[in-house]
This record gives sequence, C-alpha cells and structure tokens, in this order.
Amino acid sequence: MNIIVCIKQVPDTQDVKMDPERGTLIREGVKSIVNPFDLYALEEGIRIKERTGKGTVVALTMGPPQAEEALKEAIAMGVDRGILITDKAFAGADTLATSYTLAKAIEKIGSPWVIVCGRQAIDGDTAQVGPELAAWLDVPQITYVSKILEIDEKRIKAERLTDYGYDVVEATVPCVITVNKEINEPRLPSLRGMMKAKRFKPEIWDSSSMDVDRKYIGLEGSPTRVIKIFAPPQKIGGQKHEGTPEELAKIIVKKFEELKII
Amino acid sequence: MIDYFLTEEEEIIKELARKIAEEKIKAKRAYYDETQEFPWDIVKIMAESDLFRIFIPEEYGGFGGGVMSLTVAVEELSRGCAGIALAYAGTALGTFPILLFGNEEQKKKYLPRIAEGELAAFALTEAQAGSDAGNIKTRAEKRGDYYVLNGTKQFITNGGEAGIYTVIALTNPEKGARGASAFIVEKGTPGLSFGKKENKLGIRASATREVIFQDCKIPKENLLGKEGMGFIIAMKTFDYSRPGVAAQALGIAQAALEEATKYAKERIQFDVPIANFQAIQHMLADMAIKLEAARALTYQVARNIDKGNTKITKESAMVKCLASDVAMEVTLNAVQIFGGYGYMKEYPVEKLMRDAKITQIYEGTNQIMRNIVASQLLKEVK
Repeated sequence: MNIIVCIKQVPDTQDVKMDPERGTLIREGVKSIVNPFDLYALEEGIRIKERTGKGTVVALTMGPPQAEEALKEAIAMGVDRGILITDKAFAGADTLATSYTLAKAIEKIGSPWVIVCGRQAIDGDTAQVGPELAAWLDVPQITYVSKILEIDEKRIKAERLTDYGYDVVEATVPCVITVNKEINEPRLPSLRGMMKAKRFKPEIWDSSSMDVDRKYIGLEGSPTRVIKIFAPPQKIGGQKHEGTPEELAKIIVKKFEELKII
Repeated sequence: MIDYFLTEEEEIIKELARKIAEEKIKAKRAYYDETQEFPWDIVKIMAESDLFRIFIPEEYGGFGGGVMSLTVAVEELSRGCAGIALAYAGTALGTFPILLFGNEEQKKKYLPRIAEGELAAFALTEAQAGSDAGNIKTRAEKRGDYYVLNGTKQFITNGGEAGIYTVIALTNPEKGARGASAFIVEKGTPGLSFGKKENKLGIRASATREVIFQDCKIPKENLLGKEGMGFIIAMKTFDYSRPGVAAQALGIAQAALEEATKYAKERIQFDVPIANFQAIQHMLADMAIKLEAARALTYQVARNIDKGNTKITKESAMVKCLASDVAMEVTLNAVQIFGGYGYMKEYPVEKLMRDAKITQIYEGTNQIMRNIVASQLLKEVK
C-alpha cells in the first residue's frame, strides 16, 4: 500500500517580480521552494503512516531536473521514496496533461492507498491537478481536507473545509485528498533525514518509462493556452463616511445624483 | 565570509539549527523572555530534529559528533535565543560527566535517553561555593549499597526540568575538594526536590533553580568514576563544555551585529542613514573584527578537542573568556547604535545585551578563566 504525495517545485512568490513590458514572470534569480501547501500534504502523508503503522510514503513530482531538490526536502522530512518525472516531452503541460502524467506514474507505482495533494500551487493557483488526478484514476476525491478522522485499508473519513463550515465525507480507498493549511503543522526536517537527503538520488522516470499516450502529454495534451499574463490594476480604496443614518443617506443620494444614477 | 571548512555533517547541523532558530525560536523568544516559562515546545522540536543526538556516540543512539558539532549547533540556536538554546547546551553540560567518566552500564542506561531528548543538568554550585567551588557542603554518605545525599545546589540550569542530574558532593569532607565525588541522580528519586526558581536579568527562557537533597538515597552504581574524583570530573567537564559557552556568546554577538548593521542602514538622521557616519562604521567594524577572531579561536579549540588533544584546560578557558567578553562589548555597542530604540523592548538588542552578560559569569567567571589561563601559562614556562 502506497501513500503517494504529489508535490510541485514553485518559484518563491515572495521573490517573484513581473516584467511589465512583456507581461511575464521574471524567473531569473528567484529561489525555488516546495509549494507551501504541499508541505502540509507531505506532513499528512507521513502522519498517515505513523498513525496506522502501514504503507510506504512516496513523494512524486514532475518538473525539470532541478525539481530533485523538492524531493530531497521530502526525504529530509521522512518520506520513504522519491520519484522525479522529467522529460522534455512533458514540457508545457497544463493541469490536464500534468494530472494525466501523474496518474500514469501512480499506475506504475501501483497499489495506491491514499494520494495526497496540496490544495493548490501558489504559482498557478488553479487547484485542478488533485481533482483531475482522481478523475484520470477513476477514484473518489475529497478536496480541502482539514482533518482525517478515520482511515484504514478500506475507507477514509475526513473533514473538509467549506465556506459554510465543515463537511464530513467518507470514501473508499484508493482516494485522492487535497489538503488545507488547517490540517497540520509541517515538521522540520530531522538531522537523520537531512543526511539521508544529502545522499539521496531520486528515481527518474521519463516518457518511455511509463505507459503514456503521447497525445495526452506535454504541450500537445494541453488544451489550455496562456494568452496573456498581467498584474490586475490595484483596487483603489473606497470613501468612508461617518454619521447618523440620516446624514449618511443624504451623502449617498448626493453621490448618486452626481453620478447621474438617480 | 571566512570559510571554516565545516564538514558536510557540520554544515547540515548548522543549516538545521538555523532553520529551528529562524522558523521556531524567533517567533517565541519574546514570549519566553517575558514569562520565564520553560520552552518545552521548542525543546520537543529540537529533540524530534535529532539535535540531542549530535553529541552522543553512535552506539548509544547518537551521531557521534564532537565538540565542534555541538559548537555549531549552540551558536546557531543562540543566534535565535540564548535562553532557549541553554536548555540544549545545559543538557550537554550535564551529559559530559557521563560521556567522559561513565562506565558502560551508566552510558547504556542514560545516553540513549538523552539522545531522545531527555534533558540533563550539572549541579556543582552552592550558595557559598561559586568561584570557590571547593567549598561545597553537599554530603554523600555511603550506607551499604547506597549513597545518601544531603545539601542544596544553587543556580542549576535546567533545574526541575531535567530528568538526569550529575551532582558533585562530598564523600569525604575531611579531604575537602579531594573528598568530592560525582553522582547521577534521576528526577523522581525520593529526597530530591526543587526550590526557588530564579528571576533573572537575561536568559530568562532558561530554568535556573535550586536542587535540594534531603536524605536522597541513590544506588551505589550511580557513582561516576571513583570516590574522590568529583573535582577532576567537574574540571574535565568544563574543559569540554566551555567552548559551548563561547558558542553561545558567538551566537548572541552575531545576532547583535546583524541587527545593528541592518538598523544602521535604515535609520535616517541628518537626512542620511546613520551607517554613513564613520563613528558608526568604526563601531560596526570593531564588532565584526572581534567577533570573527573569537569565532576562529573557538572553532580551532573545538577541533583540537575533537582531535583528541587532552591538554585543553587553558584553551577552553581562553575561548570562553574571549567570546563572552566580545559578546558583551558587541551587544552593548548594538544597543548604542540603536540609540533610544535600542533601550526599548520592542527592538531585539536589549535582550541580546541582557543575555550576553551571563556568558561572562557562568561556567566560571572570566576572572577565574584568566586565573586558569595564567596558571597554565606559568606552569608551561619552566
């Protein structure tokens, strides 16, 4: 039984600047980090193993060769295995092609129990890969999980955070869950983990090591096209007025008259 | 930056200790400084991160690192908060007597527990026995298979919080210092209790407390070394632990230098950053020069100890004295550079100044350090 945690290496958005002329991100000199939500996913993956005493925790990532660093961080935290999917053929993948490729890798890993993803990546902010992954694998999904209530070899019961409160959802396993920051506090790496990470070499899988249909991967498998990236204009703060309801009503009416709304 | 050629392992220790300081300690240090509560949450994080394994040999669940590894860890933790770091450094101090003089049984029993994060403490000082450590009064009387301890230890770091205490007590009072012996006493032993918790100027996150023995009966197997070796054990322990105090001082001074440099570039007076003034520049330069010199000597002595050099009494005293004097000077100047703001608790440098002071006092005052250096020096010249 494998607890598979999907992680992504992203630019540290605190450092990211936009090129205003070209409307693109300036990537040079920007530090790469593990997507912060994925740290919660890694922590929860490790905790599932700790609380049940079962399973192997596998960190899975797709990206350029330097994404190996993200896997090293996962190893330092205590995951058992790290797999890097990297190939020029995968480049340009949108969320659909990414989730397809991850699904194929999970098929190759075999016997999935729980697949844990961060709720979204801080670079694209789509929150699509987790749900799409469940669709490709044809397994249930529980998104925005804030607490795993019960888990065994057959079922998982979890609390998911919603705008109106919590849902408690039960599903059969294998199951994809995406996690919120409320779920745990990611641990720091241990010395043993960091020493292991130092010597760690990931298993590297390319397009020939998985049973992939070429029309679903990379740019070709990506129906999404980015037409333009731009920073939205900054919102200008509104006006604030204080007074009695009567006074405030007069101000509003006057404003509406000025704007020729009434 | 000077490259001190840290080993791969030391680099990892440094990185991890800095991560703990940056991500966990900094956010909580003002709280613990204010409340004087014991920082158990941070101690737990240190334990889970394997920090206590650094100075424990591999066969007892540790990493088998030496004084240099410990120095690197203590320096980085102290850069975050010297008070919180002391829970860790004080444990190393309490562990050295077992590491250096414990028999196989004692090592097997206690070292794995410390590796897992159980705290230790070293108990020598008494009300009338500070610098004059030979004047201790705590008795250990042998009765059959037991020793019975009576007396009160004072200013004990980790007192009340530690599970394992290494204690110096007199087995033969007529012989004075030569009649002292060292013992391991576990928390929970009947007759062991804890008295007044001190309200301190600095290192307020650290517990400093009286440790009281009233007919405290411990098995004779808990004697470290032989009867009469108490002071030899204490002095040898200090040879190994004093670079740790130096490391603490380095961490405090490093934090002060960083804060002062940053502030000098931000603070505008007379329409320019105060860093533009030569008066400030020279202060910063002196702080940096002295700190780096103290660090270089501390690391070199730590490496010497790890290489098996046993004649280290003078050198350990030197680094403790130098680094703590530097830390005091650097933190005082950091407060000066911050001016009025430096005196306020909203800024971090007044705490650094308060924390620095203790490093000139404990594990032997710097006056005693100079006595040691001078006496060794005079002995060496025939």
